[in-house]
Amino acid sequence: MTKDLNLSITEILQGYKDHHWTIQEITQGYIGRIKKLDPQVKAFLTYTFDEALRQAKEMDQTLVKNPKILDEKPLFGIPYAAKDLFSTKGVKTTAGSKIIENYISPYDATAISRIKRAGGILLGKLNQDAWGHGTSGENSDFPPTHNPWGLDYVPGGSSSGSGAAVSARMVPFATATDTAGSARCPASFCGVTGLKPTYGRVSRYGIISMASSLDSIGHITVSVEDAAKVLGVTAGHDNLDATTPKVDVPNYQEELNKIPKGLKIGVPKEYLEGVTPEVKSQLEKAIEEFKDLGFSLVEVSLPHTKLAISVYYIVQPAEVSSNLARFDGNRFGHERETFGDEAKRRIMLGTYILSAGYYDAYYKKAMQVRTLICRDFAEAFKKADVLIGPVMPHTAFKIGEKVNDPLLLYLEDVFTAPINLAGLPSLAIPCGFDQKKLPVGMQIIGPQFSENTLFQLGHAYQMKTNWHKEVPHF
Amino acid sequence: MSSSSKKGAPISLKKQTLSPQEVLHVASLANLKLSEKEVSLFQNQLSEVLDYVGQLQSVDTAGVPETSQVTGLESITREDKVELTSCLTQGEAVANAPKSENGYIKVKAIMKAK
Repeated sequence: MTKDLNLSITEILQGYKDHHWTIQEITQGYIGRIKKLDPQVKAFLTYTFDEALRQAKEMDQTLVKNPKILDEKPLFGIPYAAKDLFSTKGVKTTAGSKIIENYISPYDATAISRIKRAGGILLGKLNQDAWGHGTSGENSDFPPTHNPWGLDYVPGGSSSGSGAAVSARMVPFATATDTAGSARCPASFCGVTGLKPTYGRVSRYGIISMASSLDSIGHITVSVEDAAKVLGVTAGHDNLDATTPKVDVPNYQEELNKIPKGLKIGVPKEYLEGVTPEVKSQLEKAIEEFKDLGFSLVEVSLPHTKLAISVYYIVQPAEVSSNLARFDGNRFGHERETFGDEAKRRIMLGTYILSAGYYDAYYKKAMQVRTLICRDFAEAFKKADVLIGPVMPHTAFKIGEKVNDPLLLYLEDVFTAPINLAGLPSLAIPCGFDQKKLPVGMQIIGPQFSENTLFQLGHAYQMKTNWHKEVPHF
Repeated sequence: MSSSSKKGAPISLKKQTLSPQEVLHVASLANLKLSEKEVSLFQNQLSEVLDYVGQLQSVDTAGVPETSQVTGLESITREDKVELTSCLTQGEAVANAPKSENGYIKVKAIMKAK
């Protein structure tokens, strides 16, 4: 039994097949690791250890009687944790916010029930920027999560607990959401793999809404191979979410090594501007690795990149102001005064933007520029099959460094927000470290429903490099 | 995207995009009660954000259609049939209400009793 549990989902399952360990041993191992490390990392808001151990015991009994269940249920006996935006029946769901700090979900989100059906074992709910509002984790209404690669540093947000928990190997995978980088940013800052699927690929049912036209339901894992495995479970049309198109879910794992020859990788020139030299150099090294693998690189342009933040910080607060209107202290939660500052800011921004006299100048205009941003990508995908670029302009910053300047934090979303505006999928993978040994992440972006290709390329990169295997020690 | 241009920037003395009255008006539309300190803080922060996003004004969007969603789906319907698996019982539905009585959610009166 490996003490530091530096294991992928694939490795854990193989261990069950080979009788190296039992489900209870693995579950107990992760619980032990959480108990030891979480007081410093603060990735979790709620622990569900008792129920997890009960499930693990039952599953070990099932496994003995029916070993074939490992082929039937792709996540059988795999512990995981869920970002606190995901409804989990009978377990508190707080959205990282004091307003619903005691709210107990009466039902499971579709993503959660699919993971449950596939055999996943919930170990707890994860800390986050309240309501998904943030890029650092510091907007949690609870003490913020710390980066396992440097405890004084932010883990990124808004899925801060998800990134940190997987990075510290407290769980092999965690669910996340991504509205303008909220899965990719913590993955990048914490040195793990984060997937933002195509908008509508995974059902949003039961996940507390932030911006309904932008929210993507993703996850954070230790490898691309695992990311493909989890998406195979969560993806697919859901009757309960009318924004999930009826697009088939490929067998991502089977296709993983079938990378098409002659794949063209586009590098948007705007995505190499405004990054620190360390991020740029790691990205350039990654580009060389792709060239070594035999892929051709082409330069492309996404001319409206610099406008994406303005579009995003008009469209998103408008949708947020509508989605947070339900928190009126009647059916659940405390009164609206309990909202944190960032939530109040976004609600007011959205309300102002949608109010009479301002709708055309801001919201309508933003929706038009959103079309221009979508067109940028469509043009780029005529020249390239996928695009690669940085996730964040720099590596993790220190806790407290930017929290008093909301606009400064908004500018962090420069490379992530455009992807959400266009509804595209993007896979964030670690590609190196800076001089402080803080992780650097890159993202592989594709046309809608091209997750297969993203996985193939990302997996090829992870077979050639070892960045994703590095684990923080503290 | 360097942050050095933001460090030490003097507080703008020019007319803010938002006046305190507008902040209070928006807050009331959003059913948010703000303290005096919050009005002043948010006036500064929101004005700064609005100034930034206002740059879209100079973008030429003549003839460009609006994008409000990226799936292309329209008017998705389902059979008008009860699906018990996605229904809550009355007890479940009321369980999180701060105040409830006899299976009803209690709210503050919105009209004065005679």
